[in-house]
Order: sequence, then structure tokens, then C-alpha cells
Amino acid sequence: MEIPVLKDILSANDQIAIENHELLESKKVYGINIMSTPGAGKTSLLLQTIRGLKNTIKTGVIEGDVSSNIDAKKIAREKIPVLQVNTGGECHLDANMVSRAIKKFPLDKIELLFIENVGNLICTAEFKLGLHKNLVISSTAEGDDKPLKYPLMFTVADVIIINKIDLLPYVSFNSKAYRDAVKSLNSKVEIFEVSCTTGQGIEKWLAWLQKQVKKHNKSARNKE
Amino acid sequence: MHELSITQEMVKIVVEQAEKSNISKITKINLVVGELTGYAGESIQFYFDFISKETLAEGAELVFRKIKGTLKCLNCEESFELPEFNYICPYCHSDRVNLSGGNELFVESIEGE
Repeated sequence: MEIPVLKDILSANDQIAIENHELLESKKVYGINIMSTPGAGKTSLLLQTIRGLKNTIKTGVIEGDVSSNIDAKKIAREKIPVLQVNTGGECHLDANMVSRAIKKFPLDKIELLFIENVGNLICTAEFKLGLHKNLVISSTAEGDDKPLKYPLMFTVADVIIINKIDLLPYVSFNSKAYRDAVKSLNSKVEIFEVSCTTGQGIEKWLAWLQKQVKKHNKSARNKE
Repeated sequence: MHELSITQEMVKIVVEQAEKSNISKITKINLVVGELTGYAGESIQFYFDFISKETLAEGAELVFRKIKGTLKCLNCEESFELPEFNYICPYCHSDRVNLSGGNELFVESIEGE
């Protein structure tokens, strides 16, 4: 006897992601899920962003890592709320881990929440977390072919940051080829080029981000 | 490693379905896995052998139907297999495409007695 099931294996995850989204909305918090390969600059970008927004937007960070808390310690020095989530070997954050974390997090004290996912371009793309935007960071040293190798990640991205542009003279990264591949798959995505080392391009990224948070704050107020 | 959590979820889904359908032993689980999800059948099987122990799914055969990465052209609406070097439609040469296949991950059906 064959019985049709047709049930998505990630449907339980997706349901929890919806609940996460509702919790963030009820607390008027705008959430960004940061994904990249290990070493592309997730933590460096976070540090630049936190410092850049210090006097304008109240920010918090949830750090996802397989086992260490090195990144959380770096963020904690910035004197903002931070929580470490260890996945215990899993190579991605899932909605359930995020659900437990945001229930513990002082959401009342922030307007913007970053969740730094585990460094991985494959399964992190599949597990919805329920945040507002997916941010993908690529670094020039990785080469320009990542959008061709990991199309799913570049399809779910809402905003992309190309980091380490200070290395462009030394590495083989064709910015046009990269952008063409990304834009083919995902014409709506915003792309910024930055160097977290020199600070180049960070201002443009911060201006865009501030605009998003303001827009969200306004629509949250209108709902009241 | 990411196969562990999805295998747990898969076993939960098939056991729930078997209970609803009055099946006392699941003999086969038909799964659909998109190529771009990166899930390795071997690894799912490895976890399945542990996780399914003493459940209605113990000993069931896992059958994987793989779906290739597919793009759909937004201009001429033709579908084609994911090219290796660019995302250009081979029919009309448009560079506006959508990912239309390869990200599936679901239980298609179960068989049992």
C-alpha cells in the first residue's frame, strides 16, 4: 500500500520561523540573518556596523557558531546585547535555535537584531529563521564564481556585501562577472562593495541599513 | 552534518503518517531531494538507521528521487538545466532567470503494510 505524503521536511522549521517573525514584529525589531563562507568577514562587518550605528540605532547580536564563543566576546566589547548560540556540531542555525535565543534576548532594548549564522553557503540558505532580510557576504579572495556554485544562497539573498575590496589588486575577482551572475538569478538584490579593513564603502551600506530600519519602525508604529 | 536534523524530521513525518493510515510497518520511504540542497543520500541513510530504531519506520528502504538544478527563463519561459559557467538562457540568451528546481526536500510517499 502506497500512501502519498507530499510533506516538506522543513515545514516544521518554516512554521517556527513564522512564529519568530511574529515575535520580532511584536517587539518592533528588524532582524537580519548574516550568511557567508567562514572568513568572508561576518564578524568584521558586524563590528564596523555596530560602531557606525552606535548613536543612531539600538542594535543587538546573536552569534551562531558550531562550538566557540570567540565572536561573541569580540561583539560584547562593543557594549551591546549579545548572545551566543552553539549549534553543537550542526552546520547551520535553524528556526528552533533562533526561537530559543530570541525568547531569552532583551528585544525590548533594541531596534535592530543581527543573527550571525554559521559560516556555510549550503544549508544555511535552506533553513528559514524568520528574520526580515537575508544578508550574504562574499569576499573578493573567494573568487567571483560563488554565485555559480551556490545558486540557492544567492537566490534567497536580499542584500549582498562584497567585502575585502582592498584586496582587489591582488586577487582574481571579476566584479562584473560576479554581479552579472547574481543579477541573473535575483534582480532585486542590493549589492554593496566594502572593505572592513579600510572602511571603504561602509558609509553607503550604513545609509541603506538606516533607511530600512527607519522604514520598519514607521510601519510598526502605524500598526499600533 | 546537516542530514541529522532533517532525518529526525523525516522520521517524525513518516511515523505520523503511518499512524494516521493504520500502517504497522513502513517498508519504503520515497524521498525527493533537489541537487542544490546538498543532502547526501548516504548520510541520510546512516542517520536513518539509528533514528528509526524501534519506530514504525525501522528497516524501511529509503528511495531517493534526485531533482537536478533547473533554471527558468523569465523572458521565453523555457526551463533548462543549471549551466556551469553562466546563467544565460540557451534558447533566447536572456540573462534574467529564476531558480525553478533543485531546492526540493520532501517526503513524496510511504509504502507499508
